[in-house]
Amino acid sequence: MPTRDEIFAKVQETLVDALGVDDDEVTPEATLVGDLGAESIDFLDIVFRLEKNFDVKIPRGELFPENLTAADPSFVQDGVVTEAGLAELKNRLPHADVHSFADDPKVENIQDLFTVGMIVKYLETKLGG
Amino acid sequence: MFDVQCSLLFNLHVMRWIWIDRFLEFESGSHARAVKNVTLAEDHLHDHFPGFPVMPASLMIEGMAQTGGILLGEVNQFRHIVILAKVPKVVFHSLVRPGDSLIYTAKLLDARDEGGSVECTAHVGERLVAEADIVFVHLDQNDPQLGRIDQKNFVFSSGLMSVFDISAHEQ
Repeated sequence: MPTRDEIFAKVQETLVDALGVDDDEVTPEATLVGDLGAESIDFLDIVFRLEKNFDVKIPRGELFPENLTAADPSFVQDGVVTEAGLAELKNRLPHADVHSFADDPKVENIQDLFTVGMIVKYLETKLGG
Repeated sequence: MFDVQCSLLFNLHVMRWIWIDRFLEFESGSHARAVKNVTLAEDHLHDHFPGFPVMPASLMIEGMAQTGGILLGEVNQFRHIVILAKVPKVVFHSLVRPGDSLIYTAKLLDARDEGGSVECTAHVGERLVAEADIVFVHLDQNDPQLGRIDQKNFVFSSGLMSVFDISAHEQ
């Protein structure tokens, strides 16, 4: 199994190719949308590239779930993710830092859960097992 | 990076947006080769450029996307609307002039529910003219995003699919 550093290096290379960013921008904390400028279509391209580069299958919605809070109206109240919504996020994004997000759980911050580090953790789990 | 966000691949009823003439080879789920004959009868060549007609690079991307888009669409029996979403890589090596026959080759790299990707080349004879990676997304008729796209027709409707018929008659 590759080490976390090895996975990170490959993820970094993948994102440089997919998003046209410099490798020093691709830090573990970098958010895909806010920091690296990813748009919705880039997520599919990233999944294609990760599958190829890591020789894994990434089922639809497993790494980048869509409509995270749409399943139940109680997940969001006044533009803020509720406790029930946070539980849903933890469930659907087990590799994201939902704990930090809970400090300011505005709906518009949900996209910040998608970080380089999240991808690395996801792949660690996937490759480990 | 050349990123064509939600550009429409097949907009056929507004104008004849057909940038391949015939398939030379079509291996379902694998690869396809199509030919585009470049001729001075095409108006756009007289503007691009006056006195120096060359095939616009953007239309070569469109030709590669149509070759690859049909290859992807056929995998799912054209159930999905296929939209050119992103061109992560494109390199142009040389010019294409009237009288040239462009051969587009598309190799299917990924095909899944959400979309797919292809690797394409364009040649004139042995000469490599262009190469591109192209990503497509699928939309379905009931997709809420469909309404956000201000185009009426971008499916594999009769216009572009006639390329298939022409190819079949020639075989």
